[in-house]
Amino acid sequence: MTALLQVQDLVKTFGSGDAETRVLRGVHLAMQTGELAALLGPSGSGKSTLLTILGTLMHPTSGQHSMLGVDLTTASDRALTEFRNQHIGFVFQFHNLLPDFTALENVVFPTAVREGRETAAARTRGQELLVRMGLAERIHFPTANLSGGQKQRVAVARALMNRPELVLADEPTGNLDRASAAQVMDLIAEINRDEGTTFLISTHDEKIAALCQRQIVVGEGLVTG
Amino acid sequence: MLYAIKIATRYLTASKAQTALLVFGVAIGVFIFIFMSALIGGLAEFIMARTAGDMAHITIQAEAVDPALLSPADAHRVLLAQEPASQTAAILKDTAAFIPLIESLPGVIGTSPQINGSGFLTRGAQVTQVSINGLEPGKESVIANLAGYITQGTANLGAGGVLLGKTLTQDMNLRLGQTVRVQSSYGIEALLTITGIYEMGSGGPDRRQAYVSLATARTLFKMPQGVTRIEIKLADLYTADALAPRIKALTGLDAKSWTEQAAQLLEALQAQAQTGYILKAFALLTIIIGVASALLLSTYRRRPEIGIMRAMGAGRWFVMVVFVSQGALIGLMGGLFGAAAGYGVLLAFPGRDSFAPGQNGLPIDIAQGAYGLAIVLTTLGAIAASILPARAAARLDPVTAIGQ
Repeated sequence: MTALLQVQDLVKTFGSGDAETRVLRGVHLAMQTGELAALLGPSGSGKSTLLTILGTLMHPTSGQHSMLGVDLTTASDRALTEFRNQHIGFVFQFHNLLPDFTALENVVFPTAVREGRETAAARTRGQELLVRMGLAERIHFPTANLSGGQKQRVAVARALMNRPELVLADEPTGNLDRASAAQVMDLIAEINRDEGTTFLISTHDEKIAALCQRQIVVGEGLVTG
Repeated sequence: MLYAIKIATRYLTASKAQTALLVFGVAIGVFIFIFMSALIGGLAEFIMARTAGDMAHITIQAEAVDPALLSPADAHRVLLAQEPASQTAAILKDTAAFIPLIESLPGVIGTSPQINGSGFLTRGAQVTQVSINGLEPGKESVIANLAGYITQGTANLGAGGVLLGKTLTQDMNLRLGQTVRVQSSYGIEALLTITGIYEMGSGGPDRRQAYVSLATARTLFKMPQGVTRIEIKLADLYTADALAPRIKALTGLDAKSWTEQAAQLLEALQAQAQTGYILKAFALLTIIIGVASALLLSTYRRRPEIGIMRAMGAGRWFVMVVFVSQGALIGLMGGLFGAAAGYGVLLAFPGRDSFAPGQNGLPIDIAQGAYGLAIVLTTLGAIAASILPARAAARLDPVTAIGQ
């Protein structure tokens, strides 16, 4: 295993003056490639904020954030966008697919947006991912016609499209029934095992956390375990 | 870029009713733009055809030469009183030399050498003062379309024939084929037969003009050679200002453009054209406001999707292009539909041929619909209208947008 990402003394505050809220108070965290980690903590502990900063969707107020040896702390919006596209995948609690597009079009989006068009290679890769997610019969379905579990599997496929080193999943099973949740987690574990993709899964579910090799606990804006 | 356009197209086709309504709104604006262009342009053409259409576009008139003044050598001051030289018209000589030269100029469609003067028309005890215009046979309709105005007889001027206006014949109770006595300001008389009666629709020419052949006019005005003026007709009357100085330089004659005598008409037409520009600008503004407000609503509705796209690695520029492309597509489609509808409706109007005097035309010219301009301006306007919503979309914070 090699070092994938590192954050040091990460601080994030919102608002100013009397309304200032310090959500992260100096987080230290390092992750290695190939890890399957759960991010645990109560609501308001700063899990989502940490995940957002690690996903380069938000700058920290202070501290250091680097991934794959690249300092992301003060990188420009454009540089962060490109980095995110190539190295980070996202799975959201509410799948967040583009509703007017088919399953395949959603999956190939990260590659198409980088290359400026949907290439044949991207479509082949997208189809392979959907087949692997058990959605061979739903490849050209509009996402509005898919069930919740199917949508979340499309979201996982989309997160993997550009072969990212890190996938950040924010409550990926929080909106699914038990069977669908198990199915999604099995897929995540399988991809982590077979391809060495690092997963950081934010969850409240102890059972989901137990499936991960590492549990990172956040409390009151700090990593406590 | 292509992918951004694909996304834009998908957004438009995903909300078919909204897109159709938007395109329809733009098309209405374009239709108004085109109709206004055809109306304002057609009206100008109509007015020109009905007013300047029968005018000479360039006139060459011999310059009157004042008598030479012989002043006494010791006089310090001289008081000179001169009566208008009504009896001695200035003459243009050697017309045979320069008329072919003028007719060879590009844009000149005809010339009419004339002898003009005043005189009296007598029938029995009735006497009326008239302007006598001597025209070259075969060139009667080069300037004013006399043949088109003829209600009885023919416009062809033969020796011993005269064409009179309808009002004049009614006032004097004259009929086609009757003989009248014409006396010029030189006191020379001729008995002429009414070979044609015309109706131009305006009081002056219909009541006070008499057309005779150039040969008859030579006799009446004691002018065995030369003419008093040459009138020139152009294919495009707006080129008169440029062509008149050229004719003057070529012939050394005093050639004057119609605009010198009809400056007010020109000003009125220009004012009318400016009114047209304002109306068209308002139509364009309506399109821009409509597209901008619709796209702002679309931006608001698609905020979560914009956030997702940004999270998946779409840059601000990509988001901008998606929304600007939507504006461009709406503008282009609305422009094409509006232009097609405008053309279709304008086809029902009779067109420019009906503007000629004597025709019952409506002042709408299908050729002046400015279809290409309408489509280009609408597309550019829609693009401009989409920039504000597109910028708003591109600046969205993805975290906030996804959370909504």
